[in-house]
Amino acid sequence: MDFGDAPAEAEFRLRLRAWLEVHNPGLPTSSTDDEYWAGQAAWHQSLYDGGFFGVTWPTAIGGQDLPSVYDVIVDEELAAAGAPARPSLGYLVEGILEHGNGEVQARFLPGIVNGRDRWCQGFSEPDAGSDLASLRTRADRDGDEYVLTGHKVWTSYSDDADWCLVLARTDHDVARHRGISAFALPMRQPGVEQRPLPMINGITKEFGEVLLDGARVPDVNMIGRPGEGWPLAMTIVSHEREPHELGFAGRYAKQVKDLVALVKADPGRYGGEEVRDLTWAIVESEMLRMHVCRRLSDRLDGIVHGPEGSVDKLLMTWTEQAVGHAALSIGGARATGSDDTLMKVYLYSRSQSVMGGTSQIQRNLVAGRILHLPAS
Amino acid sequence: MDVRLTTEQQALRDSAAQVVDRLGPGTVRGLGDVERAGRLDAAVAASGWRELRVPPDGRTPLASAVEAAVVAEELGRGLADVPFLGPTLAAELRRLAGAPPAGAPETVALASSLAAAAAVDARAVPSDAVAVDARGATAALVLLPDEAGHALGTVALGPVGVGTDLTRPGAAADPASTATRVEGPGCRPLTGDDLAAWTALGLALDCADLVGTMRGSVDLAVGYASIRRQFGRPIGSFQAVQHLLADAHVLTEGSRSAARHAAWAVDALAPGDALAAAAAAKAYCARAARTACETAIQVHGGAGNTWECLAHVYLRRALLSTAVLGGVGASLDRVAAHHGIGGGGGLR
Repeated sequence: MDFGDAPAEAEFRLRLRAWLEVHNPGLPTSSTDDEYWAGQAAWHQSLYDGGFFGVTWPTAIGGQDLPSVYDVIVDEELAAAGAPARPSLGYLVEGILEHGNGEVQARFLPGIVNGRDRWCQGFSEPDAGSDLASLRTRADRDGDEYVLTGHKVWTSYSDDADWCLVLARTDHDVARHRGISAFALPMRQPGVEQRPLPMINGITKEFGEVLLDGARVPDVNMIGRPGEGWPLAMTIVSHEREPHELGFAGRYAKQVKDLVALVKADPGRYGGEEVRDLTWAIVESEMLRMHVCRRLSDRLDGIVHGPEGSVDKLLMTWTEQAVGHAALSIGGARATGSDDTLMKVYLYSRSQSVMGGTSQIQRNLVAGRILHLPAS
Repeated sequence: MDVRLTTEQQALRDSAAQVVDRLGPGTVRGLGDVERAGRLDAAVAASGWRELRVPPDGRTPLASAVEAAVVAEELGRGLADVPFLGPTLAAELRRLAGAPPAGAPETVALASSLAAAAAVDARAVPSDAVAVDARGATAALVLLPDEAGHALGTVALGPVGVGTDLTRPGAAADPASTATRVEGPGCRPLTGDDLAAWTALGLALDCADLVGTMRGSVDLAVGYASIRRQFGRPIGSFQAVQHLLADAHVLTEGSRSAARHAAWAVDALAPGDALAAAAAAKAYCARAARTACETAIQVHGGAGNTWECLAHVYLRRALLSTAVLGGVGASLDRVAAHHGIGGGGGLR
């Protein structure tokens, strides 16, 4: 058992560290500043071109086939350098790798991995949140195309996206889980209207709703077979629940580092309660870093992703919310003034217990599928 | 990086699990079974687990702290009423001080707060030193401060007495005794780094024991929730109960990740960094364990508040593990100091 770097890992780490000295774009954190999105695509492409993004994915789609523990090194070094976290795309890649045919993979995955194509994920609807299988967006066949009609909401990054991985109902005569298919929908077309949704912390670039009114998608853009949308969605959300897929462990480490620097710069200003809240955030984010190391090491055995993603999601949520509480404690509420970055960190942290499946749903999954408690 | 247990470490875990499953107390009544406890002690003695930190060459321990933590976790899970933490920490102190192996079973004495090793004046009566995990021990190691750092001394112990933890009794130093300096050809003074490394080992073993007690208490509560029926259904089918147990399970998994890193850090990192890693893990595991053990009591309802239910035995063991070498507050102070945001250097 070894948390340390093997020689090849140490070499990779030093190479990344040196690269970051030149290429760190100094962007603000995505969750607190719309400015991040202006530079996000360039950052993704730069990280990829430097050889530090998607390194654990297959070479056929632009990865380097490295063991998954290399993602930990990337996250740690990005955080240490104060650079933005890795763009969050792993769940899309894993979903298409598992369910898309060879042609679909070859057409879409390289552009996702190298950052040239921007994607969002159209799952939730106004009446289909936790109960995703009740979604009502429909895809009706018209020659060699499908025509999509419906309303997607709480869609992350929808306004920057070229493509949307959208779930829609293609069969109305079967059990509701079985009638759903998945498509790669081109976003820039007349039948797609995208509206930003300001989040509670005021940022407008992250969240959106997408209205589909006669949007067209070629049938060859279906991902998986007709009716395979539900298993694909389950693959994606199970990956979405793992902190390393999202690079979130690195984001928390960066936020904690920034908060520590604030307190060290003006120690007289902060009392015992502020320091205590920040110390808990350090403890939680260190725990999560070790937990990610453990999960990624388990992958060396080829362990399949099961309900453990729900454990990871809850740990990730508690960590983000501990960091959020530290930010709140140190930043405090203000009567006036515009520099409210720490309040934004705090308010954004409330979304972590909802996105990718609420904490209540994760607890149901842990109770039923890991602890094997009787069905409710 | 590969933080999986090796095949040998898995085999060690399995054999420790077998011993505690076969010879552990099993029930509250079982704690009073002297004959069983004797067989458990004999099995642990035969296994050599208490000597994992003894250095065959006088310097390098027989096994890393990871192996010691693997054993500690299983002992905690099975509420093993057998000495392990005390003798292991005593062996480590002797190793760090270059002292000869103990001639008789011994443990370590801590200050009355339990947050640090007892440092005593050799000429005075060590009245406030408390030996932990003292069953079977005839003496306890204490620190004798001198100009060069700390020397090691031993104090004789009074009879063992059960404290908070029903499985690991302690003992007061014999008030009629004074400390005897440990002498030997290889003896050297213990430095601040030595004490940091030693404390890191102690905290890592505490964390492992806490993870074990969490696993044991959650298993107990899940089993109960699956058979106890109210409103015509097993109580474990109610979401209100399920969510309590799910949280306890998730806390256990997070603690396991933190504890595993702390154990690795003892032998792999510089003493100050190892201590900081151990303190962060200790804060997390200690708070998590209290929640998990309290959850187990809650899920057992009225039964959980009776002496006969094992749930409080887990909680009690967790509370002693929490106190030994510094609880949540002391551990957070160490973490804050390490990051430069808290006063002082924490407790050493």
